[in-house]
Amino acid sequence: MPVSAVPALQIDGVEMAFATPAGPFLAIRDIDLEIRRHELVTFIGHSGCGKSTLLNILAGLGKPTSGRVLLDGLQIEGPGPDRGVVFQSYSLLPWLTVYDNVRIALESVHYHTLTRAEMSERTEAVLRAVELWDHRKKLPPHLSGGMKQRVAIARAFAIEPKVLLLDEPFGALDALTRAALQDELLNLWSHTRRVETVVMVTHDIDEAIYLSDQIVVFTNGPAATIAEVIPVRLERPRDRRRMVHTSEYADLKDRLMELLVCGSKTAQAA
Amino acid sequence: MIDASSTPTVPRVSAPTMPAGLAAAGRVCVRLLVGLLYGAGAVGILLGGWLLAWWLSAKELPAPDSTLKVLWELLRNPFYDNGPNDLGIGRQVAASLLRVFIGFAAGSAVAIPIGTLMGSTPFFNRVVNPLVQVLKPVSPLAWFPLGLATLKSAQNATIFAIFITSLWPTLINTAFGVSSVPKEYRQVAQVFRFSRFRYFGKVLLPYSLPYIITGLRLSMGVAWMVIVAGEMLSGGSGIGFWVWDSWNALNLDRVISGILVIGMVGLALDRVFELLLRRASHAG
Repeated sequence: MPVSAVPALQIDGVEMAFATPAGPFLAIRDIDLEIRRHELVTFIGHSGCGKSTLLNILAGLGKPTSGRVLLDGLQIEGPGPDRGVVFQSYSLLPWLTVYDNVRIALESVHYHTLTRAEMSERTEAVLRAVELWDHRKKLPPHLSGGMKQRVAIARAFAIEPKVLLLDEPFGALDALTRAALQDELLNLWSHTRRVETVVMVTHDIDEAIYLSDQIVVFTNGPAATIAEVIPVRLERPRDRRRMVHTSEYADLKDRLMELLVCGSKTAQAA
Repeated sequence: MIDASSTPTVPRVSAPTMPAGLAAAGRVCVRLLVGLLYGAGAVGILLGGWLLAWWLSAKELPAPDSTLKVLWELLRNPFYDNGPNDLGIGRQVAASLLRVFIGFAAGSAVAIPIGTLMGSTPFFNRVVNPLVQVLKPVSPLAWFPLGLATLKSAQNATIFAIFITSLWPTLINTAFGVSSVPKEYRQVAQVFRFSRFRYFGKVLLPYSLPYIITGLRLSMGVAWMVIVAGEMLSGGSGIGFWVWDSWNALNLDRVISGILVIGMVGLALDRVFELLLRRASHAG
């Protein structure tokens, strides 16, 4: 099979249980999913439905208790330079400047593959792309939430991973900042050819529709699994304002509301 | 007159204005004045308490005026040298500081690496922690005889006691700092594949530095207290010896002067670490 025919990520029967004092806690079960190259896929579901757990497994930060995940046909054994991660909590190192936070990731991942000059060039390019070049000497505690997450996105793109994983990256931001960052994400993705696939966890229906090629809807936890995979056929580039007046959008939103809001009244309290 | 602050809609056309620089200078002056007043209050309480003690002790204790005269004489010429039995107070303090720095440096050089190991290796922590818990509450002076026996000199035994003193707070704080590196920073290091060396230098050390400095600050505080007692035991030189020597000469003016000097030096040492801590702290 040619490489392009292999799915970027293949998830086979993944199950994850955590040991707790009260016995094993089954977070997710029976996850089967194929994520195709050049697609942006979102995981959506209520808090505690295990979508972040699955993302952590893809990142290699957790090992599934059963099942396996293949990246380009090879089993994921741990974190790797082929995957970049953007965490919800930004996770910038507060004692390093904006510049150094990006640079250190590049130096660590591409120590043997890039020259110093190439690293400088790439650090500058990503920081300019997220409009933070003028703030490169600042320390993270002096940045707003939106700026911090821009640095985190720049850092993940700088290493040019095949797969970009984002864990509720815009959850803590206000609506205007969130929209701006969504567009920056799409822009960076379309201009960084080596970043083929994007997987993002969200709990925002509009965000999922605006960004995704596929929306993976999770059932409520514990023992959550995939309820449905919904393709989004809205043409790219998408226009936020025009998009909402299409029937495709209305259908998608209706279906998602049905799955997430009406189908899970009991979990609403959580 | 109309109070300007209660009528915000009326533009203050003729309100007396002050140049910004002058206003700022005025604020600084006021702050200084308030600081001086607080300081005067503290001195007042000190002198009041002192006079009360003087009166209650049936004038056994020296009165403030005679002591302050003695202190002034001591501070006017702190570094005179009339042979080993008559050294200026500055030389005594310097001798004590030298011992503290040697013992403290040696103690820190041991405590920081061991604390780092304890914080990063649960196994090592479980082995060493009971030891630390047992030895920590022991007065460092209890180690003095062991120092005498092995190092054969009272001077070195004092330094040894300071060495032991400096271990515990640094050890415990370092171990705590290292073990509490947040998960998010560890995950960043994992995801971006930091080498052990890079993780140590760019994550673990910068994160634990404020904890380590806090440990050093506490160690230094205790070391400065222990040196006085240590030198009373060891004799020879140092501010502790000097205070005890003054007592033997029944010169309480000097004893109280010594207390004040010890206090001021201790304050200065603490301030140094406070400054270091401010520089190393990171509001995450």
